[in-house]
Amino acid sequence: MLEANGIRIPTLDQPWDLAEFDAALETLQATGDYEFALDVGMAWTGEWYPYAFSPLMQSFGGDIIDRSTYTTAEGAINGDEAIAFGEWWQSLFDRGLVPGTSQDGADRDTGFIDGKYALQWNGNWAALAALDAFGDDMLFLPAPDFGNGGRIGAASWQFGVSSNSDNKACGFAFIEHAIQDEYLAAFSNGIGLVPATTSAAALTENYAPGGPLEVFFELSNQQGTLRPPTPAYLSAALTFEKALADIANGADVIDALDAAADEINADIESNGGYGFDGSVVGPSIQEDAIAND
Amino acid sequence: MSTSGSAQATAVSPTSASSQKFGRMRLQEARAGVAMIAPAAFLMLGFLIIPFLMAFGFAFTNQRLISPNPTEFVGMRNFERLLTVRVFPIEAEIDPATGDVVRDEEGTIVFPRARNFTRDNPDYPELDGLQESFSWVRGTTQYTVLAGDSVFLRSLFNIFYFAIVIVPVQGGLGLVLALLVNQKLRGINIFRTIYFIPVVISMVIVSILWRFIYDGNNGLLNSLLGLFTMGAFQPIDWLGNTQTAMPAIMMMSIWQAVGFHMVIWLAGLQTIPGSLYEAAQVAGANNWQQFRYVTWPGLRNTAVFVLITITMAAFSLFTQVDIMTRGGPLDSTTTIIHQAVQRGYQKQDIAYGSAISVFFFLMVLTIALIQRYLTRDRD
Repeated sequence: MLEANGIRIPTLDQPWDLAEFDAALETLQATGDYEFALDVGMAWTGEWYPYAFSPLMQSFGGDIIDRSTYTTAEGAINGDEAIAFGEWWQSLFDRGLVPGTSQDGADRDTGFIDGKYALQWNGNWAALAALDAFGDDMLFLPAPDFGNGGRIGAASWQFGVSSNSDNKACGFAFIEHAIQDEYLAAFSNGIGLVPATTSAAALTENYAPGGPLEVFFELSNQQGTLRPPTPAYLSAALTFEKALADIANGADVIDALDAAADEINADIESNGGYGFDGSVVGPSIQEDAIAND
Repeated sequence: MSTSGSAQATAVSPTSASSQKFGRMRLQEARAGVAMIAPAAFLMLGFLIIPFLMAFGFAFTNQRLISPNPTEFVGMRNFERLLTVRVFPIEAEIDPATGDVVRDEEGTIVFPRARNFTRDNPDYPELDGLQESFSWVRGTTQYTVLAGDSVFLRSLFNIFYFAIVIVPVQGGLGLVLALLVNQKLRGINIFRTIYFIPVVISMVIVSILWRFIYDGNNGLLNSLLGLFTMGAFQPIDWLGNTQTAMPAIMMMSIWQAVGFHMVIWLAGLQTIPGSLYEAAQVAGANNWQQFRYVTWPGLRNTAVFVLITITMAAFSLFTQVDIMTRGGPLDSTTTIIHQAVQRGYQKQDIAYGSAISVFFFLMVLTIALIQRYLTRDRD
């Protein structure tokens, strides 16, 4: 499909940049073969928004919270980079390239496989079904690089033992047992998600070298970006979701992002900083991108 | 019944023995009464009265749903954020070269953004942190309404819009249906049942079903309108459009609740004695005169009841919004209760949610008192 329309197939070393990605969407939309060139999954309200869309903002250089201190969102979610992201985000909907917030949930689940959408922004849990439907014509592409590195959402389940537990040793022994490669591989085979270690990946059906989903292992490794690890995230994620939905529905981009920054900051303030005192604790999303280069 | 029996007994023979016996019986009855009322009172206390009082307390603190930090008293801070509204005039940008106001390509006057004044501007400390709500232009000045919480302001507007439409339409339609099903025809009960069915279906289910009806692509409503207009009708995304989302919710709400008020009206209609209509007919009154001078005065108390119950229900709009639109698009369907739940539970800011609830309580109380005053018996 991409080849037929003269669009370069991006690689992990050289993903699409903003202009290339935009041109690809316009070209695909103009073919008239699809209802929409791209489906980002606006029907999946809730955690999908920050998980899937904050990496796009981060690729522009914005972020939900300023990760250097975790005490403010000012300048991160409403800085120039984030505003550039917001303007682009709104343009996707204005140009009719992407289905909006009233997308039907069923279309999100099966629209890509039914051929309504040319491209889909989705989690790797949907990969096997798509692979079954399209076979060799199904491509898994890296996230476009909008200037601050190509980024995709990443997350993992954590095991922990409470410090109040009477059976700490037992708990640790269980966790050590459970995270052996053979069990991680079994988890992955069972639920289809990316295994947590390279050695476990080699044991899986899908992520072993030459396996059908092998590409995801390197994608996660190179582009995966965590959502901000702070207790403020709980409330900030909802604020981010509302801001992106509002922008998609035509709200003023700057006002929507300013309101989000205020909302997140008010929450951080009323929670006494969530344990952060304002000192620098890590790299911001932009410093992180420089470090990766 | 036993109380009046024993009271009679004491009245007939006021001896000390019988009054002692009477006292014991009273005590036993009081005990039984307390025991019977206890479960209900306990639940009411635990789930209504105590939370109600706690909401008043929390509204003045920074209480969170889950937090290791201690709760602190913050005074009126929550209410200040909730209720601050200012009208701020912004002068148009002046081109320093010509001295004229700056206009964009379409000829619209360009105004500086409100954020220049509300964000980190030491000249306007009183505007810090306020959000732009809406604005209008007069001459070369843009009057901008800035609010501490512009979403709340919007929810206030939405809920009045909803109530002003719902109260007369739902009440009136209920009366019309009641008049229709109040006739003595064979099988009229079938119609009464049909109109009443939506009331007994859970609002959650109704909301989910109506979301399919309103679907922007191939929903039932769009398909029907397309069919009746021979395909000339362009499908509308009813719930995804800021103009149509609230009316769509209103229509669905009326459909769901009108049957209940139809039954109330029907009960009122059946208390009017048939002899009054016979008398009116003998006097030569036509149908409209019968309605105007017999039916309507006879329904006075019913009307007051319907008015107040619809108003209360309208202001507490939540379920439909939460399921069908989640307050969107662009806050066009958010409501006060939706905001209270969103803040209090989703964002875990119980204090702010409580402040919204307290405001809501006072608002509804005021409106109810005004309605009681206006509909009082003037006789």
